Amino acid sequence: MIHSLFLVNSSGDIFLEKHWKSVVSRSVCDYFFEAQERATEPENVPPVIPTPHHYLISVLRHRIYFVAVIQSEVPPLFVIEFLHRVVDTFQDYFGVCTEAAIKDNVVVVYELLEEMLDNGFPLATESNILKELIKPPTILRTMVNTITGSTNVGEQLPTGQLSVVPWRRTGVKYTNNEAYFDVVEEIDVIIDKSGSTITAEIQGVIDACVKLTGMPDLTLSFMNPRLLDDVSFHPCVRFKRWEAERILSFIPPDGNFRLLSYHVSSQNGYPVGYRSLVAIPVYVKHNITFREGSSQGRFDLTLGPKQTMGKGVEAVLVSSQLPRGVLNANLSASQGTYTFDPVTKMLTWDVGKINPQKLPSLKGSMSLQAGASKPDENPSINIQFKIQQMAISGLKVNRLDMYGEKYKPFKGIKYMTKAGKFQVRT
Amino acid sequence: MTDSKYFTTTKKGEIFELKAELNSDKKEKKKEAVKKVIASMTVGKDVSALFPDVVNCMQTDNLELKKLVYLYLMNYAKSQPDMAIMAVNTFVKDCEDPNPLIRALAVRTMGCIRVDKITEYLCEPLRKCLKDEDPYVRKTAAVCVAKLHDINAQLVEDQGFLDTLKDLISDSNPMVVANAVAALSEIAESHPNSNLLDLNPQSINKLLTALNECTEWGQIFILDCLANYTPRDDRESQSICERVTPRLSHANSAVVLSAVKVLMKFMEMLPKDLDYYGTLLKKLAPPLVTLLSAEPELQYVALRNINLIVQKRPEILKHEMKVFFVKYNDPIYVKLEKLDIMIRLASQANIAQVLAELKEYATEVDVDFVRKAVRAIGRCAIKVEQSAERCVSTLLDLIQTKVNYVVQEAIVVIKDIFRKYPNKYESVIATLCENLDSLDEPEARAAMIWIVGEYAERIDNADELLESFLEGFHDESTQVQLQLLTAIVKLFLKKPTETQELVQQVLSLATQDSDNPDLRDRGYIYWRLLSTDPVAAKEVVLAEKPLISEETDLIEPTLLEELICHIGTLASVYHKPPSAFVEGSRGVQHKRIPIRSGSGESSESQDTGGAPGATEAPAAVIPSQGDLLGDLLNLDLTPPTSTAGAPPGPPMPMGGMDLLGGGLDSLLGGDIGGSPSMGSGFGAPAAVMPSSLNAPVGGGLGDLFDLGGGVGMPMGTFVPPKTLWLPAMKGKGLEIMGTFARRAGVIQMEMTLTNKAMSVMTDFAIQFNRNSFGLAPAGPLQVPTPLSPNQTIDVSLPLNNGGPVMKMEPLNNLQVAVKNNIDVFYFSCQYPISMLFVEDGKMDRQVFLATWKDIPNENEAQFQINDCHLNSDAASNKLQGSNVFTIAKRTVEGQDMLYQSMKLTNGICVLTELRVQTGSPTYTVSLKCRAAEVSQCVFQCYEAALKN
Repeated sequence: MIHSLFLVNSSGDIFLEKHWKSVVSRSVCDYFFEAQERATEPENVPPVIPTPHHYLISVLRHRIYFVAVIQSEVPPLFVIEFLHRVVDTFQDYFGVCTEAAIKDNVVVVYELLEEMLDNGFPLATESNILKELIKPPTILRTMVNTITGSTNVGEQLPTGQLSVVPWRRTGVKYTNNEAYFDVVEEIDVIIDKSGSTITAEIQGVIDACVKLTGMPDLTLSFMNPRLLDDVSFHPCVRFKRWEAERILSFIPPDGNFRLLSYHVSSQNGYPVGYRSLVAIPVYVKHNITFREGSSQGRFDLTLGPKQTMGKGVEAVLVSSQLPRGVLNANLSASQGTYTFDPVTKMLTWDVGKINPQKLPSLKGSMSLQAGASKPDENPSINIQFKIQQMAISGLKVNRLDMYGEKYKPFKGIKYMTKAGKFQVRT
Repeated sequence: MTDSKYFTTTKKGEIFELKAELNSDKKEKKKEAVKKVIASMTVGKDVSALFPDVVNCMQTDNLELKKLVYLYLMNYAKSQPDMAIMAVNTFVKDCEDPNPLIRALAVRTMGCIRVDKITEYLCEPLRKCLKDEDPYVRKTAAVCVAKLHDINAQLVEDQGFLDTLKDLISDSNPMVVANAVAALSEIAESHPNSNLLDLNPQSINKLLTALNECTEWGQIFILDCLANYTPRDDRESQSICERVTPRLSHANSAVVLSAVKVLMKFMEMLPKDLDYYGTLLKKLAPPLVTLLSAEPELQYVALRNINLIVQKRPEILKHEMKVFFVKYNDPIYVKLEKLDIMIRLASQANIAQVLAELKEYATEVDVDFVRKAVRAIGRCAIKVEQSAERCVSTLLDLIQTKVNYVVQEAIVVIKDIFRKYPNKYESVIATLCENLDSLDEPEARAAMIWIVGEYAERIDNADELLESFLEGFHDESTQVQLQLLTAIVKLFLKKPTETQELVQQVLSLATQDSDNPDLRDRGYIYWRLLSTDPVAAKEVVLAEKPLISEETDLIEPTLLEELICHIGTLASVYHKPPSAFVEGSRGVQHKRIPIRSGSGESSESQDTGGAPGATEAPAAVIPSQGDLLGDLLNLDLTPPTSTAGAPPGPPMPMGGMDLLGGGLDSLLGGDIGGSPSMGSGFGAPAAVMPSSLNAPVGGGLGDLFDLGGGVGMPMGTFVPPKTLWLPAMKGKGLEIMGTFARRAGVIQMEMTLTNKAMSVMTDFAIQFNRNSFGLAPAGPLQVPTPLSPNQTIDVSLPLNNGGPVMKMEPLNNLQVAVKNNIDVFYFSCQYPISMLFVEDGKMDRQVFLATWKDIPNENEAQFQINDCHLNSDAASNKLQGSNVFTIAKRTVEGQDMLYQSMKLTNGICVLTELRVQTGSPTYTVSLKCRAAEVSQCVFQCYEAALKN
């Protein structure tokens, strides 16, 4: 199982170590540093690194490497999932997961790690159980603790840990009972030179914020559950009911949680002729050319909305890694602002909102190194955007009902579409 | 103020300061001080000097302070064992606390203190906690057993904790079940022979129930444990699959992948025509695709596993090509894996799309990725014949870009394309030759030289081109030198008149001026060939070369099978069997190595064993296709010789055993029966007839000969009647009946071949798959051919046990391939294990007694044989014919007890006690052997031998 954990910052210093079995010398991280040196980019460090006696499994989040050391055959996904869970917990507790935050709360961090793993076996990873065991630090509590000498460690046996619904604690009470659900879809697209779609898929999630008294039992049904073919549920969802009736029935955890995540791809599983499920909400017209022998290149980019069901496309941000040979870009934007970083060659254009009547464009010239040959590679264009009040897959919630409790809760559903990895090749 | 203040105290007198604070009367100050100590500890400072002072703070009602002290104790107890004893009392007291949280915390912490003296005191509290009324305490205690086992395995066994742990598998609380399974799995890993996780249908049911209710981590443990189970039949297999399938929708990717493993494994047992089988296949695709939308690290592990799944069952993801398309900001390790899977999925249907993508990738920035993309184009050409032309023209386009590394990579793959489709694309050679000067990597140079040599007759200035390489001959790498030598010899054989000087030059460079023995030897061989028999030289050097195929980069099937059983583990990430690299299975490795290579413990030899056929001599013209499949299909007719102790060829991975619980290690273990030579004796020929063999042939044995169905021979073992191995329906007219016999110390495979087809059969050959005891043909199959229609012949094939070893299920299963001019046929048969009893298996009485005592009782098996009407002497005689030797006889209260021993060809000794009650037809056999898995087979032999 998981033997030890080292936290390494971006400059390659180990700033925290934790051992769950015997102590492993931190020199084991030298193998990690070697790999880190070999990697051209921080994110290119391979996640599994063998050393003569151990294996190092690492994840990079918030520019911190979480390096787990294992000694025997352990499923690597198990370790990686656990590490991500550690990061999420830190973020949950401290608001951010940075080196400074971790150092500021080092004792809590240590207590958390101790509760999360026992002898390398996961012990308590559900955030609401952890919060019962170890109270998250708040300014108020720190002050109260200093004055009264009380602690931030719970005295109680975490009640949820052994019940049939380990994700929910008992005795929850609210004056305002509310349940909000956010349907958030990220669309991953690759579009080729000619403008045709190579791949398009949607990663959707339904995040919930449920603050309900007692033990409510919720059901959520959809207008078009057929879309949800490939889903991953929170453990609270009753799988049998979903299989049989396509209704989500569950006793929710208290607070924020991810109810389900789903995946919609453009093709699989649907009969021929079925409407393509992935609509592409924006289009890009581009013309980026370099001529042989000339030290100038042309850059011309126009964006426009497409298949947005009348909703506005907002927070549009275009970025493109221009070829190394480009010295500078002299462009003019019809709206928004653009920046070009001559060192990293990264062109960023903050467009804002797309007005369908007056399409945003970015035009101008790029100067190349004099005498250099025409660049080999074609820059890809990366686009970020948001569309409110729409799920691009068309997923719609039909009803949300509550059983088991008598009060009437406030209910709300919000939809949003975001660009995930939206790439246009030129 | 935040905790970061604890980091700032680096002054010299810090320890003294802390000491004073720890001994302060004020609770608050104490706690602050402990916090400071912990903070120093986390950043790796040595604060062990404060041990007594911190331990003094332990007796407190303050839970946080208690936890902090515990944290400290776990870290430093090892360096201060005497001091740590001071803490014991508090622990023992805490284990009785009314608050289960404290009880659990105490037992948990005690287990983490890795000090022998403390572990002794741990036993009693732990025993109580394992039976605690509160499941939270029980589940913590379960993990504690694993901790204790890690520190002192013997203690855990002596105290009977393992049995308690096994009982916890049936606990009412799912979390307790999950933790018990996790603890047992971890213990089992360092204990390859123990039957800790012996699963039966009842326990499986318990696990499946707990699976639905326990945490995600518990689900992983349970699923991994389920994967080791072998269902009895397809119905059970289906019902397990049905109950595991919902896990595919779990948010935790590790749960998903473990579920995929169970399904992939159990699917094998389902009949293919079952509707459920198809449904299951369909259900597997979406979760795998979903894994690819997770964080890059998860994607990487998922992709490595998908790579295996795609090789095993390409149908699952054949429509999902697009999800493997590379995004430009994927990390490089994800990109490379995606590329690999794209090629595996490439087919005629999607090749156009794939090629377009690959061409796109070849213009990216990252050099490694671009190279691999170019290579991928070549592999597509080899894999999908229809696309070859398209691939070649894509490659030519890429060569036109003149990007140096792209050109070099393209030339290397074009060489491979030539090897797959000779005489088809030679028109491109001219373009290739234009780029000769830009090649600076050895592999590209060697490839280009090979092309020039191979097509020398079509390249007008081939001699000039090769000559230009020759100038810097000594600066070239060996790969290029060897290739150049071969190419010039080829050129000479094709155009002898103009190139005599050139060939002489290269031969002298290679033989006289080179220090490299490979190069020299090859040079001399060519030289002698050319000078003695140019015609023969032509036949050798210009011989037709076998085509390369896509298979060369597939994983060898048996290894793939094994890896599929290890989906989700490190083995699946490295595509190597776990035995090849994981330290946790130390015991396994140590036992195996002496048998494989005779000496040394280099794990390197294991590593190379993991990829047979991967080491290709740099300049060899013929690609090595030496994987097992190739061998079986081509039926390499040279039988493996049994002269050497080690099996021929590179050491094969013997991974199969680990997936089956590592049981075979004990089979192969050299530590049996106190005979040190056993290890090496394993590979030795079995045909040694011990001179001391003077056992009397009793009357019972005479009966046996008449019954065997075969020809009676003196000293033969019991021979079961021939059974039908290959029905004519399946053998395209060839019917094979057969049996096994041991005659004069040699194992014989006796077969009756019948030709029920309309045409004659010729060219018979036989080969075995790896099997439990390394059985292999000792000579070629000698069938008087042709075998005309309706003709029947009896053949007898001597076997030895020098072949490669892999544990089979059942143990005595043998998979055979028989080839004739019509086709290759595969069948499997089971041999009686008595074939393997050697003639010198009689043990000394003292040795017998000592060994019997030495073998642990859990290895004892007991069987009953009914309806046997022999008296004990007759039975003894009968068994002696099968090399089962009676060492002693005792009569107690009308019961005859026969003590018998036998030894297998690989040195395993089996000891038995046969109880014969006079007048009763029921015999009782008690059997002890270090390798308990042979018991069943031995028992079958007893029954067969006694009843015939």
